[in-house]
Amino acid sequence: MITSLLELEELANCKRCDEESVIEELRVCIGSSCLSRGADEIEKDLKTAIEDKGLQTRCRVKGVGCSGLCANGTLVLHYKNATKENILYEDITLDDVDALAISIEQEKPYSLKVCDTNQPFFTKQTKIVLENAGIIDPNDIEDYIAHGGYATLFHVLHEMMPVDVINEVKISGLRGRGGGGFPTGQKWESVYKVQSDQKYIVCNGDEGDPGAFMDRALMEADPHKVLEGIIIAGFACGATKGYIYVRAEYPIAVEKLNHAIKQARKLGILGNQIAHSGFDFDIEVRLGGGAFVCGEATALIASIEGNRGNPRQKPPHLSDYGLWGEPTVLNNVETLANIPSILKNGGEWFKNIGTPTSTGTKIFALTGHIKNTGLVEVPMGITLRELIYEIGGGTSDGKALKAIQTGGPSGGCIPTQFLDLTIDYDSLKSVGTIMGSGGMIVIDESSNMVELAHFFMDFCKSESCGKCVPCRVGTTQLTHLLEKFIAKEATQADFELLKELSSVVKGTSLCGLGQTAPNPVLSTIRYFESEYLEGIKND
Amino acid sequence: MADMVDNRYKIVDQAMKKLGYEKSALLEVLHVAQETFGYLDKDALKFIAKRLKAPYSKVYGVATFYHRFTLKPQGKHTVVVCLGTACYIKGSKEILKALENRFAIKVSQTTNDNLVSLLSARCVGSCSIAPVMVCDNKTYGKLTLENTLEQMEEMLS
Repeated sequence: MITSLLELEELANCKRCDEESVIEELRVCIGSSCLSRGADEIEKDLKTAIEDKGLQTRCRVKGVGCSGLCANGTLVLHYKNATKENILYEDITLDDVDALAISIEQEKPYSLKVCDTNQPFFTKQTKIVLENAGIIDPNDIEDYIAHGGYATLFHVLHEMMPVDVINEVKISGLRGRGGGGFPTGQKWESVYKVQSDQKYIVCNGDEGDPGAFMDRALMEADPHKVLEGIIIAGFACGATKGYIYVRAEYPIAVEKLNHAIKQARKLGILGNQIAHSGFDFDIEVRLGGGAFVCGEATALIASIEGNRGNPRQKPPHLSDYGLWGEPTVLNNVETLANIPSILKNGGEWFKNIGTPTSTGTKIFALTGHIKNTGLVEVPMGITLRELIYEIGGGTSDGKALKAIQTGGPSGGCIPTQFLDLTIDYDSLKSVGTIMGSGGMIVIDESSNMVELAHFFMDFCKSESCGKCVPCRVGTTQLTHLLEKFIAKEATQADFELLKELSSVVKGTSLCGLGQTAPNPVLSTIRYFESEYLEGIKND
Repeated sequence: MADMVDNRYKIVDQAMKKLGYEKSALLEVLHVAQETFGYLDKDALKFIAKRLKAPYSKVYGVATFYHRFTLKPQGKHTVVVCLGTACYIKGSKEILKALENRFAIKVSQTTNDNLVSLLSARCVGSCSIAPVMVCDNKTYGKLTLENTLEQMEEMLS
């Protein structure tokens, strides 16, 4: 049990001493993408190879979370304690294990597979939320503590009042990272002000947008950071219980979170009287069931309560009537993972990163026809051109870039004329898309935009919960209409109907799913109308 | 056989007990039941309804709402093709079609010999190595038509 900041620091120092006793570390990325290339076996073999050479007292092999450059996995980072020097190796396979072990023995870099970390992919990133990803062992709470973890929580519990915490978050200007962009401090304040014996914090880890895996990587790489954010949110709002709702498709994230919760409870960082401060808080993980609509706030709450994930009319808002009818804060994983850094460095510090209305950084999952697929964290206000061409390395097959899709099925496509647009909540909105949760899909000229719109509409059709008519019937009709365009059998009247129906579904649906489902259609009509016109048959 | 069946019900019952037979435990219990039985049949759903003191219609309603739950037995191997956006624009539709042809079944079906169930997913979160499929819980990325079919032969051999 740790009861004070002093004890926490002692533990951190102890762990650090222990770490310094080994001279170097080989950090094998066991993020989802590297894992599917056999990173777990590489880690195991590397451990054996190091032990066979008797180097285990000098060099430790450990599995770490996503290191970012998924395109070139499996990644292995060689860290030297004395010089704080890093060498990143890319494209490591089982065949490289022996050579890598020999290079450690001979203290020479394994030059064949060295990855250049001076390229913009690395230098243009600003890591706040992902600061520990790829560095710490997600299974080891002590590793997190040694890297400064939970110190902010202890500071908050001992030195701050809930109002101070909320104020700091308000100053920071942090906005919801799930896509909506609602100011987090304001959300907390409204729950704080409600009088109630029981309040809840719910962390939304139901990352449903296809093409997005930021929250997955975060939960797998640094689960304790998410926990720390939730506990601080609980303290600020007066809640005593938190839930993390995670997609069932992310079994590794669930395992890591559950393990982290167990460790935190053991050290008294979760449970009764955290750090002897009189504050009680506990967290439970709840599994989703693979329904996209459960990313919607009221549907998610219904799902945690064990019901079908049907959304309901708002108001009442969750701040008044949330989980089991009690005031509830619902925040995205990335939002909550920002909290420890904000309270550690202050709201002003955070405010100075990014743009005045969109502060801080944002994690993006770069996927699609792009060279450097992977996970990046960049300051808000960076341009699309920098993100796609410098960090992303341009399109993968050298084909011309056609559009960038953000916001998943609720977002839209940005054509190339807006490449110099800065990435923030408001600019993206002005061109007809949304920030979304961070999936950024790069589309080259080989893709047809009507087919892409159909793909998203078909997605919304099958994910519609069926409660309200505009969404249930509208998405089906829109899918049929788009099929006509793909078959090149549409009429001019169909085109008008497509536009009209889109605006009806958008304006009259009950929840966010239906209200945003026509966005991909409207956005592609706006910028790629000619492709729709090609689908109209000539009479 | 009978013992084994009883034992499986016991596992499900223990999961409910752990959660205090609360109605809110339904989703969790369904996950446990599916993991234990492989799928959710009527008897299992009725058993859960009875123990949680919830109407069968409610349990059935929840089990059919979420894509994760299946009311049909699955084949020995499951092949899940990801149809998320990143996989989609990198040709996962063709891969799915090739697999449908290979096993002569449609997506969401199981082969007659109960060997393979072919499923699709809305995104498995491995977008950086798209297109992706998950065979018996192992993820395979950067698929092409050739290496997909090769992988299938390897899985079946």
